[in-house]
Amino acid sequence: MSDVFILTKRWPKQDPSLAGYVADGGYKALEKALSMRPEAIVEQVKISNLRGRGGAGFPTGVKWTFLPKDTRPRYLCINADESEPGTCKDRYVCEYDPHMLIEGIAITCFALDIHLAYIYIRGEFAKQARALEAALEEARAAGLIGRRLGGKAEFQLDVWVHRGAGAYICGEESALMESLEGKKGYPRFKPPFPAIVGLWGKPTIINNVETLANVPWIVEHGGAAFAALGTPKSGGTRLFGVSGNVKRPGIYEKPVDYNLKKLILEDCGGTPSGRPVKAVIPGGSSSPVLRGDEIDVSMEFDALKAAGTMSGSGAVIVMDDSVCMVRALSRIAMFYAEESCGQCTPCRQGTPWLEAILEKIEHGQGTMRDVDMLDQIAGNIAGQTICALGDAAAMPVQSFVKKFRQDFLDHVEGRGCPRGDEAWGVSRQTREALVGGIRQ
Amino acid sequence: MSHTPHADEGRQPLDVAELPKDQVARFDAGLPDLLRRYPEDKKAAAMLPALHLAQHVFGYLPPAVQKLAADRLGVPAVRAEEVATFYVMYHTAPVGRHLVEICTNVSCSLAGGFDIFEHLKKTLGVENGGTTRDGRITLRQVECLGSCATAPAMLVDEEMYERLTPGEVDRILGGLK
Repeated sequence: MSDVFILTKRWPKQDPSLAGYVADGGYKALEKALSMRPEAIVEQVKISNLRGRGGAGFPTGVKWTFLPKDTRPRYLCINADESEPGTCKDRYVCEYDPHMLIEGIAITCFALDIHLAYIYIRGEFAKQARALEAALEEARAAGLIGRRLGGKAEFQLDVWVHRGAGAYICGEESALMESLEGKKGYPRFKPPFPAIVGLWGKPTIINNVETLANVPWIVEHGGAAFAALGTPKSGGTRLFGVSGNVKRPGIYEKPVDYNLKKLILEDCGGTPSGRPVKAVIPGGSSSPVLRGDEIDVSMEFDALKAAGTMSGSGAVIVMDDSVCMVRALSRIAMFYAEESCGQCTPCRQGTPWLEAILEKIEHGQGTMRDVDMLDQIAGNIAGQTICALGDAAAMPVQSFVKKFRQDFLDHVEGRGCPRGDEAWGVSRQTREALVGGIRQ
Repeated sequence: MSHTPHADEGRQPLDVAELPKDQVARFDAGLPDLLRRYPEDKKAAAMLPALHLAQHVFGYLPPAVQKLAADRLGVPAVRAEEVATFYVMYHTAPVGRHLVEICTNVSCSLAGGFDIFEHLKKTLGVENGGTTRDGRITLRQVECLGSCATAPAMLVDEEMYERLTPGEVDRILGGLK
């Protein structure tokens, strides 16, 4: 089944225009959706077993049913705040096939009786924001969205791009809504969940870009066909992003349950140095690290959960055995310290401690007690915060220290990094990438 | 959210009346296009885009500019301040004519991103967050830019450059006036 391309099918054409999309059968699914009952569309998405591609893997159709029946207005937020280290997939949907996303948004809004939608895109994605603005303008001019839907249905739909301004936390759904309301991105307490109390206090559905880009295909081919591509609980294909020490980094569209080892060694050609894979972060920097001997696993959400980690955003970071694990973890810890919003004490205070202790160990000033303290501090952050950033900061620390403990001890005993100036490994140069079949 | 650009030596304008009238007019002219995206009674939602616009017009966001944005959106000045100081893309102090932001997160550094950061510091003669003496370039180390497969990456004035090499970086720097 690995030959089915849903999301990247049109990318190699490098034609994001409305005319190109329509010539390839685009907006037919919207037409079909408008002839269906809205509940029937939701039902097909439920049958498809589409799970959220932003990281949590929550069943999309089920999330949609959480909306209270009688409260209006309802809103849709499309999460394009792609900021989890290693993750670089949604941006290409925006660049190469923005109308697929817009069609997904239009169908979703029709199915859920939503008349106002915002695409929240991270501020650094200026080019992608421009691509979306241009595509939305085309769709408006063609009458596909706006006062009528799909050129005919009496259904007003306004879709706008809202640019962030540099804050990882705004990818967290409740912080995203705060930011969209014009505030700093402080996550909200849950419950109530956004489907009940969301943007401006109204019921709100928040879905990832890749998630919604699947919706036209599901409507066109039926939920069962999408479900058949995956496992009994998880349907379709996914955009796996591979970076780090591989010969061909890139974005690979594969069935949701594709094998991680096969992706790294076959599709990406293994390590450029020819050295063994030492560590793999399978789903963005928040996901617990796997050792090189643990990667013969399915990347499906539940399968990676069973393997003690998570599939997250599908962002695979590969490190060969020339990379210093303390250096890598220290950089990850710096990220979370930098991006902690400061609302909850354990995260605000704990993340800089983790970074400082890791830097100390990397530079040969660490003690055995410091190594144990890492685990202790991480344990005091996890589960103690309003949002998942605390857990996201703790999980890499706990897993790196557990799986590569000897590397940490070597730094303490040797009073320094055994790799010296080569802590980032021996393959420190850019490589040609394969992004949905496009060489770049 | 640290990495504040270098501190401003001069006094920052505190009051809207101190701002150049033509710049205020340019800001006001750009606002309607932003406001039409939000429900009429939710003007404050335009705070992030309004501050992007303000920074484009005024160069950075001193207290007077924060107050201007807040005034126009009908909220207290502190609402603009909390946003201007929370997000890393906003500058509350002046920066160089060009902003060079290099990612040093894991995927980029595995592909030489950290080496390029060191190269930039040496070439420009500044530390992280510093501005060259001629005011031409401010250098910042930033977090993941979403260019992990095409690493290493850097932003120059919001334009993304990917698959960098030190030679390519020198070429880009040479083009900044």
